[in-house]
Amino acid sequence: MSRFFVNGEQVDFRGDADTPLLWALRDHLGLTGTKFGCGAGLCGACTVHLDGKAVRSCVTPVASIAGKRVVTIEGIGNTSRAPVALAVHEAWIEKDVVQCGYCQPGQVMSAVALLTANPSPTDAQIDAAMNGNLCRCGTYQRIREAIHGASAALRKA
Amino acid sequence: MDAPARRARRRFLRNSAGLAGVLVVGFVLPEGRGRFAQAQEPKKAIAPTAFVRIGKDGTVTVIVKHLEFGQGVLTSLPMILAEELACDWARVRSELAPAAPEYAHTAFGMQMTGGSSSVWNSWDQLRTAGAQARTMLVEAAARQWKVVAADCRAEKGFVLGPGKRRLSYGQLTEAAAKLPVPESVTLKPASAFTRIGTSTLRLDAADKATGRARFGMDMKGKDLHTAVIAHPPVFGARLKSIDAEKVKAVAGVTHVVEMNRGVAIVAKDFWAAKKGRDALQAQWDLGRNASVSSDSLAARFAEAAKAPGIPAKKSANPDAMKSAAKTIAADYEVPFLAHAPMEPLNCTVELTGDGADVWVGSQFQGVDREAAAKALRIPVEKVRLHTLLAGGGFGRRANPVSDYVVEACEVARRAKVPVKLVWTREDDIRGGFYRPAYLHRVEVDLDGAGAIAAWRHAIAGPSILAGTPFEPMMVKDGIDPTSVEGVADTPYALPNMEVSLHTVDAGVPVLWWRSVGHSHAAFVMETLIDEAAAAAGQDPVAYRRALLAAKPRVLNALEVAAARAGWGSPLAKGRARGIAVHESFGSVCAQVAEVSLVEGAPRVHRVVAAFDCGLAVNPLGVEAQVQSAIAYGLGAALFGAITLADGRVQQSNFHDYRVLRFAEMPAVEVHLTGGGERPTGVGEPATPPIAPAVANALFALTGKRARKLPLSSMAWA
Repeated sequence: MSRFFVNGEQVDFRGDADTPLLWALRDHLGLTGTKFGCGAGLCGACTVHLDGKAVRSCVTPVASIAGKRVVTIEGIGNTSRAPVALAVHEAWIEKDVVQCGYCQPGQVMSAVALLTANPSPTDAQIDAAMNGNLCRCGTYQRIREAIHGASAALRKA
Repeated sequence: MDAPARRARRRFLRNSAGLAGVLVVGFVLPEGRGRFAQAQEPKKAIAPTAFVRIGKDGTVTVIVKHLEFGQGVLTSLPMILAEELACDWARVRSELAPAAPEYAHTAFGMQMTGGSSSVWNSWDQLRTAGAQARTMLVEAAARQWKVVAADCRAEKGFVLGPGKRRLSYGQLTEAAAKLPVPESVTLKPASAFTRIGTSTLRLDAADKATGRARFGMDMKGKDLHTAVIAHPPVFGARLKSIDAEKVKAVAGVTHVVEMNRGVAIVAKDFWAAKKGRDALQAQWDLGRNASVSSDSLAARFAEAAKAPGIPAKKSANPDAMKSAAKTIAADYEVPFLAHAPMEPLNCTVELTGDGADVWVGSQFQGVDREAAAKALRIPVEKVRLHTLLAGGGFGRRANPVSDYVVEACEVARRAKVPVKLVWTREDDIRGGFYRPAYLHRVEVDLDGAGAIAAWRHAIAGPSILAGTPFEPMMVKDGIDPTSVEGVADTPYALPNMEVSLHTVDAGVPVLWWRSVGHSHAAFVMETLIDEAAAAAGQDPVAYRRALLAAKPRVLNALEVAAARAGWGSPLAKGRARGIAVHESFGSVCAQVAEVSLVEGAPRVHRVVAAFDCGLAVNPLGVEAQVQSAIAYGLGAALFGAITLADGRVQQSNFHDYRVLRFAEMPAVEVHLTGGGERPTGVGEPATPPIAPAVANALFALTGKRARKLPLSSMAWA
């Protein structure tokens, strides 16, 4: 058994210890906002926060996260990062970022982690922080604008 | 289907026969049934039609017959209907339609999404539906007030009558639903549009940015099993034998199903199914494709191109081709490409006592529903196919042979449990149905002044349509139009042009990939025109201008892109521009790309696009599609290639099938150059020009001509 916390709730996971966190979230906890894209840590669709850091849940076995705190897209609005998450969500809507939308939970989680660590990122810093999140619809340009927009909104707040 | 659903269905069919916007009280869409109904919103209809329901609270729900997979139809199609309905846009919602004949494409005759056609084929249909509903609401108000309808008008969700009379659509919807549907309605002139043509934020943005949006992959249910399939290592290989002992020993694995195209491992969850597959020992009869390689295919294409092909376009005067001052002769090679949508392919199937439910993000609801019925061995009427959001598709979810839908149905039928089939990314990259690889062999004759005197163009490669149900309809005289489009129908005034086709069965499943034949045709045509301009010592824009005098839309897009990009103005050292223009799907896109070399590799910094899609219904959405089409095409142009060795696909995931990453996205500027009163295609036409625009810029920078994609396969520095 592996015990960890998801969105503030204790989880006692009794499945295989090598189960990636992604599948524990999706298949066992029903949290399908975190997406499966590659299974190899190459696309970022499965990004969650683990003790505050953006990680790829598809290559994070549950055995490796005992005692740790996981926050998913479903829970990010109920954490101390809620103001950042809200600013990101609003900027995403205002800049009309999404297309198919499948990668967007991962993009949002990466963007929230970036803006938490660096409230005023440059283009180059955005590129570096977001380069692991693929989008086949090519929403990158609007994501970049939305991150700047969220950053500006947070500075005003 | 239970009794109420059957009744609702019958009523739906009776009332909607032949008419687009029929109001029917109490109609319940035939979805949300079955045990996984929690994935759907409950539907409490008051006054629905096939395309719009107006609730008593005034909410307008537009039913979208096309798949939403990024292109924005959940917003653009409601805009069209709302324009004529004269409702309050803030009250408009949208939802995906189920699979039903009423939702057939108005030009192609079956329910499907592709060919950049969602908006234009819905244009008259949704405007008419909106106007019908508005007319009925006005009539209902007029009757209640005992005045004539001509003295009433509709505005922002209300009907206004004489003497400040005013009723909301919500108040009128029940009465309106009892009225006959008007046979003819008056549509607004384009000059009166207030919603169409106005940049409008997407209706699905909040759900998608918060993770609430449900995709096919997100289907869940208490008994829902997950299946993964061990596919053959070589296309067309057959299963000989398996050792499933170790598979069955994996905790959670419930079934091992041997199938024609592989072995399905069914389990309680994905991870158990995947571990089961990893443990499988399978022997295959590899068949005739076991020795196929990219090199052997290239040799076959080249061999085929030596013989005379089937003419797709004939020169009026073949003798004119003998007096060239100079001839540019070139072979171009383009590779197979995987679509690689972000959401890997999946399909959920549940057999019920009275039929089956199929949940899938499908571009081909009509075809997939029929294929599902065949695989499930039940009549097609008993298949309820529910369209879910898809995480991209780019053509991959529009397969004439419904490959992954058939697989899911076969597994569900044989395992006798509800099943969600999940393809892993490796399955996706290695699973075939690629953009075909092609060889173009071209000779361009120039006269003494550098003008094109003749153009001989042979294309060799696989046919997308051969062997599909579309072949009899679409392949004429041996010419698959998807192999030659963008070449044989070039807008340039090219004298003495001959185009011939050599169809070669490569043994690799192929399919349409965003912009289909144009995806390679534009690369060849536009780099050659550029080369002819250089050979003539002329500016690439000026040279094209002279060949486009009879094509004002194409010429205008070219001029706008050049002007907005500052064509001819100085650039920073180490940078260069290239231009390309291409017509496809009824639209025109011209692009100027600005490039440099970063550590020897091409980097695209800026793309200025001029795009003519006729009347742009949602300019904000059109801009997004142009950015998207450029990002998609640029990733492929720089990096994309599926290659084969010993019959096996050599790539497997995003590390070796490179797509465009965040930091590689250029700044894309979009200028809309269209207009008029009707929309044309949007989703695809901006993909073709990006590869040649970048290749031409790299020529301007380095003096080297690209003859092969991807561009990263060449040494540029």
